[in-house]
Amino acid sequence: MHAGIIFFLVILGSILFHIFTPWYWTDIASNWKGMDDTITLTFWVGGGVFVAVCLFMIYCVFKYSYKEDRKAEYKPEDKKLEKILTVATTLGVAALLAPGLIIWNQYVNVPKNSIEIDVMAWQWGWQYRLPGNDGKLGTTKVVNINDDNPFGINLDDPYGRDDVMVQSDIINLENNRPVKILLRSVDVLHNWYVPQFRAKMDAVPGVVTYYWFEPNKVGEYEVLCAEYCGVGHYAMRGGVEVQDPNSYQEWLGEQETFSDLLAKQNKEIETKKVAKNNSNIEKVIYKEEK
Amino acid sequence: MSDEYENKSGYQAQSSEALTGSAGSAPDMDYVRPAELPEQDLYHGHTFLTKWVFCQDAKVIGVQYFLTAVFTGIVGLILSWLMRLQLGFPGLAGFITAEHYYQFVTMHGMIMVVYFLTALFLGGFGNYLIPLMVGARDMVFPYVNMLSFWMFFVAVAILMASFFVPGGPTGAGWTLYPPQTILEGTPGSGMGILLMLISLALFVIGFTMGGLNYMITVLQARTRGMTLMRMPLTVWGIFTATVLAMLAFPALLVSAIMMTLDKVIGTSFFMPTILKAGEVLEYGGGSPILFQHLFWFFGHPEVYIVALPAFGIVSDLISVHARKNIFGYRMMVWAIVGIGALSFFVWAHHMYVSGMNPWFGFFFATTTLIIAVPTAMKVYNWILTLWRGNIRINTVMLWCLGFIVTFVNGGITGIFLGNVSVDVPLSDTYFVVAHFHMVMGIAPVMVIMGAVYHWFPLITGRLLNETLGKWHFWATFLGAYSIYFPMHYLGFIGVPRRYYEMYDSPYMTSAVGMNEFISLAAFLVGAAQFILIFNIIKTLKTGKPAPKNPWKANSLEWHTSTQPPEHGNFGERLPVVHRWPYDFSVPGAKDDFIPQTTPPSEVVHTKVEKT
Repeated sequence: MHAGIIFFLVILGSILFHIFTPWYWTDIASNWKGMDDTITLTFWVGGGVFVAVCLFMIYCVFKYSYKEDRKAEYKPEDKKLEKILTVATTLGVAALLAPGLIIWNQYVNVPKNSIEIDVMAWQWGWQYRLPGNDGKLGTTKVVNINDDNPFGINLDDPYGRDDVMVQSDIINLENNRPVKILLRSVDVLHNWYVPQFRAKMDAVPGVVTYYWFEPNKVGEYEVLCAEYCGVGHYAMRGGVEVQDPNSYQEWLGEQETFSDLLAKQNKEIETKKVAKNNSNIEKVIYKEEK
Repeated sequence: MSDEYENKSGYQAQSSEALTGSAGSAPDMDYVRPAELPEQDLYHGHTFLTKWVFCQDAKVIGVQYFLTAVFTGIVGLILSWLMRLQLGFPGLAGFITAEHYYQFVTMHGMIMVVYFLTALFLGGFGNYLIPLMVGARDMVFPYVNMLSFWMFFVAVAILMASFFVPGGPTGAGWTLYPPQTILEGTPGSGMGILLMLISLALFVIGFTMGGLNYMITVLQARTRGMTLMRMPLTVWGIFTATVLAMLAFPALLVSAIMMTLDKVIGTSFFMPTILKAGEVLEYGGGSPILFQHLFWFFGHPEVYIVALPAFGIVSDLISVHARKNIFGYRMMVWAIVGIGALSFFVWAHHMYVSGMNPWFGFFFATTTLIIAVPTAMKVYNWILTLWRGNIRINTVMLWCLGFIVTFVNGGITGIFLGNVSVDVPLSDTYFVVAHFHMVMGIAPVMVIMGAVYHWFPLITGRLLNETLGKWHFWATFLGAYSIYFPMHYLGFIGVPRRYYEMYDSPYMTSAVGMNEFISLAAFLVGAAQFILIFNIIKTLKTGKPAPKNPWKANSLEWHTSTQPPEHGNFGERLPVVHRWPYDFSVPGAKDDFIPQTTPPSEVVHTKVEKT
């Protein structure tokens, strides 16, 4: 008897906790409301099943507790009941799966008008690169990366020259404009995750992965690394500032491009005649001078 | 369900030895086909070493497996305390650095999944129960079985040794994802990870020896009359889990071997071009995602390697203590087999946001949600077994009820995570941690505890104390539930897992109070396990002797020549089986149970359904 009461209180407590919890989603700041809605739907259906199963179990505990003179029913199978339950469960599961797949379809199909952002991760930090006026990001290689070419842009790629380089762990985004996050890592797995945007994807060394979202709330957000990446994982934070279009353009204008950086280095070489160890860039610059 | 009543005219009445008690009645009614193979010879040890250390008796090996696994489990429990100390009260224990924290996380996970749960269910319960339940004298290859345990023992020793090597044990997370696993920047990336990989390889080799035994004993050594569809669900669960393990563990073995090669001789199976501290390392062309596919091809069936024996055992416990046949036995068997088969087609649901081709998501979300159907059927059948039963609310049943609550809770949250786009916001957060602890941590542990209370009288001849048992249950169940139920909501907030410290993100600081509460509950649950240890010691010293078959169960392990059973299990003659093990409360029967060995002629007037 006590057992049934305690189990009942556990279920009741769970429901009350869910209703009154102060711990719940952060306010959503992107287009992925569909994910929240699917979670809510799953919560109602799944939570309903959980409560129903547990209440039925508790009912049995109350109703059929051991009595010397009672005999349990002897009925090995009930084909009809089993069939009904199978069909009902299948339908319920399909109803949950369908919206999940529909939203996933949106998730993997990036809108055409989205701006691409190269998010580069390492142990333990972030930096960002935006396409310049040509609207295209230059190709990159891990082996190209050095102090003079922090993003490892291929120097013979014409698209790379006007790329905007944000050597900071904070990136600014334009409000209401979809962004395609292109993730790459130079060492281990990372994951660029902003809870308010809901979306995430791992950065995998050796390949470029992607996902997209559309920020729809001006403000500052914290970036968290969501894939374990070694001992500094918990400290690998960054930031996002979502701005209205005017402020965004202003910010964009202040950023340095790759050719700015190359020009600056050129000047340094001419004036100081410094010999650099890593010769990749120098060779090209030398050729250009000729 | 039992033998058919009709005379089978085609058969001769050869089963007279089964009818010694009732030779006067119709002989054909009790006919069971004669044995096809002669009985195996058993090696009886005489010295202390051959009797208790290098023993070939599956029951002793089972206990050896059980105790070794429990030892690793206690280590895992202590590690979880240390983690919760850091998470609930950061900085309180100054010695827990970030390196230590990640080492605790990793070792806790690996120990609990592989060395505790897998070894305990298959090595422990499998060894003890399979021969007894199918009516065999021992496993078919007793010597290999003995080697299996000692291989496991060496694997555990190597694993524990990694705590004491320079750099400490690996802190790569139990999933051991490359490249970080073998690079500096991860704790224990030197000796620690090597010992882990060697230990895992030995575990797989040892387990394969044991697994062959479990499979072949079930297939080849069942006693007369024990058809597959008369086996207790415990045996079905352990058998299917073993088949899964045989197919899944090789993937772990090859990934451990390849990773060892990457580490030791610098191959690049899983290692792409890597820039580390300004230097390009001498790796290139390998695929980190390939490792994840291999790992989860093992890792997901592994979940069911733990779950299926738990499903089987809990079915038997519920049926015995509800005094009612398990509802829908055939459905239960096919659900176990079906879940086992499906479990090989869902692995990449652990990888929705891993960077694999996103179109995989559609396939794996669908297969994952399909697996929910047979799993739900099992849950329905458990509660329908309780329905109209005659339920003993004893300690064993309490653990079963606790299992149902935690398993359904964890199963439902599995539907969240399996449903690809719902997984996106929740993956890598505390929602995942809460989910898998509920469904494959707490729920199987509930079954293990129920099984301990249930079979303790068989193994030792004494009954555990009920009052202590109930305290143990309520402290564990309520404590564990209040750890993991609120933890889901940390995941909703967006708190990522594997964070040594949360810092001061505004939405995370709101969870400080909850983290403290969870830690306190975790300390309580851990401490509550000492009630069981105390109960066992007390019972072994002063506990009351158990009567034979104290729970009035039908399956063969309670119908041995002695209790606890001796080497060879069944005395002079092997039992002959006439029915399934769930003939409880049969109308017209004198008692509320009919053991599997009872021939139809002894219970002529009962309305037993035929098989």
